[in-house]
Amino acid sequence: MARDKSNSLLIRGGRVIDPAAKIDALMDVLLRDGRIAEISPPNKIRGGADEKFDARGLIVAPGFIDLHVHLREPGQAYKETIATGTAAAAAGGFTSVCCMPNTHPVLDSSEWIAWAQQPERGAVVNVFPVAAATHASKGAALTDFRGLQRAGAVAVTDDGRPILSEDIMRETLRVAAEINLPVIQHAEDTRMTENCSMNDGPTAFRLGLRGMKAAAEASIVERDVQLAQQFTGARLHVAHLSTADALKAVRRGKRGRTRVTCEVTPHHFTLIDENVGEYDTNFKMNPPLRSISDREALLVALADGTVDAIATDHAPHAPHEKIIEFERALFGITGLETALGIAITRLHREQKIPLARIVELFTAGPARVVDLRGRGTLVRGSYADATIFDPKKRWTFDASKSLSKSHNTPFNGWQLTGKVVATIVGGVIQYRA
Amino acid sequence: MNRIARGSLLGIEHMEVAEIVGLLRLARRMNPLKPRPLLRGKRVLLLFYEASTRTRSSFEIAAKSMGAMTTLVLSSGSSIEKGESLLDTAYTLRAVGADLIVVRHPHAGAPLLMATHLDIPVLNAGDGMHEHPTQALLDAYTILRHKKSIKGLQVAIVGDIYHSRVARSAIHLLSKFGARITLCGPPEFLPEVATSLAPGLHITRTAEDAIRGGDVIMVLRVQKERLAGMKIRLQDYIARYQMTMTRLKLAKRDALVMHPGPIIRGLELTWEVADCPQSVIVEEVRNGVPVRMAILAKALGRAR
Repeated sequence: MARDKSNSLLIRGGRVIDPAAKIDALMDVLLRDGRIAEISPPNKIRGGADEKFDARGLIVAPGFIDLHVHLREPGQAYKETIATGTAAAAAGGFTSVCCMPNTHPVLDSSEWIAWAQQPERGAVVNVFPVAAATHASKGAALTDFRGLQRAGAVAVTDDGRPILSEDIMRETLRVAAEINLPVIQHAEDTRMTENCSMNDGPTAFRLGLRGMKAAAEASIVERDVQLAQQFTGARLHVAHLSTADALKAVRRGKRGRTRVTCEVTPHHFTLIDENVGEYDTNFKMNPPLRSISDREALLVALADGTVDAIATDHAPHAPHEKIIEFERALFGITGLETALGIAITRLHREQKIPLARIVELFTAGPARVVDLRGRGTLVRGSYADATIFDPKKRWTFDASKSLSKSHNTPFNGWQLTGKVVATIVGGVIQYRA
Repeated sequence: MNRIARGSLLGIEHMEVAEIVGLLRLARRMNPLKPRPLLRGKRVLLLFYEASTRTRSSFEIAAKSMGAMTTLVLSSGSSIEKGESLLDTAYTLRAVGADLIVVRHPHAGAPLLMATHLDIPVLNAGDGMHEHPTQALLDAYTILRHKKSIKGLQVAIVGDIYHSRVARSAIHLLSKFGARITLCGPPEFLPEVATSLAPGLHITRTAEDAIRGGDVIMVLRVQKERLAGMKIRLQDYIARYQMTMTRLKLAKRDALVMHPGPIIRGLELTWEVADCPQSVIVEEVRNGVPVRMAILAKALGRAR
């Protein structure tokens, strides 16, 4: 209990990387009463602290923010609960997660948005719900955006059931623009992907599986960018972008004056469709793993600033939903605990993307996408959310030790470099390796 | 992934040439009229989630004629209808004493899933659009009854290749043995990506080009049950791709006309082609018995 009561924590001797504040230097950080009280060069902070954290040799970053997780409550607690999902998030260095509304029932009312944030859920990191854009995500009638926003929703989406109707999408963008609410789209023209279970290409052909074409994603992104251009203030966020063609549409939008942002998952910038191998359902997700040229395009876009955030699309499923025929297995993989290790291993060590850029993709980038004021940075007065990690630590991910309820990951047994050492939420150490 | 149960036959793709040669050689020693009781006391489970005439009956006859006991489980009328999963059905069949399971399933990869969770051989009798390895083996056996070797043969595969597990298995096998393979069909049935399946594959959209000078003409059925909303005008298909006597004349005089069945006369081939002297369509079915006898004997370690 002593730790919970302590209201000040001094993180000493770490290398602070805070891209939002353009800081990359050895600094001490003092957290007090849930806020960043002071950030100064080493040994300059006077006065004591209830607790001290020796961060020498480690990176001290603003708390990581994951824009895209499925916490499965209400309704599917057998896959994950808000408590277990956020425990996994903390182990992965995330201090804030945005949870998707495709639960049972769908998060389409302010009551459910409030419910997801109640202390009884047992969350150990900040939970920012994303509300459904239409009732029951049926794509017909818009939900009450104002009421949902007041209840705490940070964006709207019909994730998993993309808004196909141009009229409904236009209306969604228009109404959301009035209250500066981002609209997140899972870009998939489902009329083109019926019965498909992986990316269209040589592997799908070899395995006799129907393939999703890149155009099913790109065509929706192109349309949405055009629709977003029609309303001043409309904000479009493309979820788990996976194809080179969709990136082109995002770039066009960004060059114009459209407020379009996008996220990319660790699995899409690491794996390709070939990795499905012989029907491994831990490599089945939607959007699917794409071609090598799509992956190369994502790596370029992660480096050059086109991509705003790394998001995991953490999608836990139970064994009976995964250890079945590939075509019947549910889409989705877990990802919270491997995101940082994969990002450092693939993006920093292999692609030579600077650590500061990677930190930005986990912090300032996602904070901007959904306007999490006072988060994604360590400047004085911000929330006391911090992620401390060792960028050189080599470790092996063991899915059986995951804190998530589900173990459907393609990364079991992977050797990774870069490991979370501590996750601090509101000044409290919620995870310590 | 778990290990694959010993003796399983899941697809041609990952088979060695020597293994295929061994099976074909063994098949030649199998005499369906005077079978040896190699499988006496063995229990063979035939698990069929899809309709079948040829494959099912020839597996059953092959197994029974060698002394095995066979039990047929169909998806209709079994607990599969009540929602039992594939693996639980597999465990159940294992528990009642199956020594081997032959499975046909609408989903690609289903036999592999069973084989990685069981300790008895699983034989793939066709999985979705993936593979139909016993068909490819009996086709190779049939070709070799008429041709000295597969190497260098010019083979045309005409029709709905995209939806065809027979085509995928045949392409893998014929390519491993050095045939020159031309694939032919409209883009809906034959996407360009098909050439990635094996080295040296060619595509043509013109039936005449595919057939001209061919040693083997393999005709495939239009799989109405797998079209999944695909729009294809059958009249156009017939006009451009149907195997007619006129088109067949472009092939070598001793060319073989093959078809995995069931044939739809008047659609992918004419009545005359089905019954012409070059047609080995019925012989393929007949050869299915000794080939499956060999496969069963080998899988159960009784090949002598």
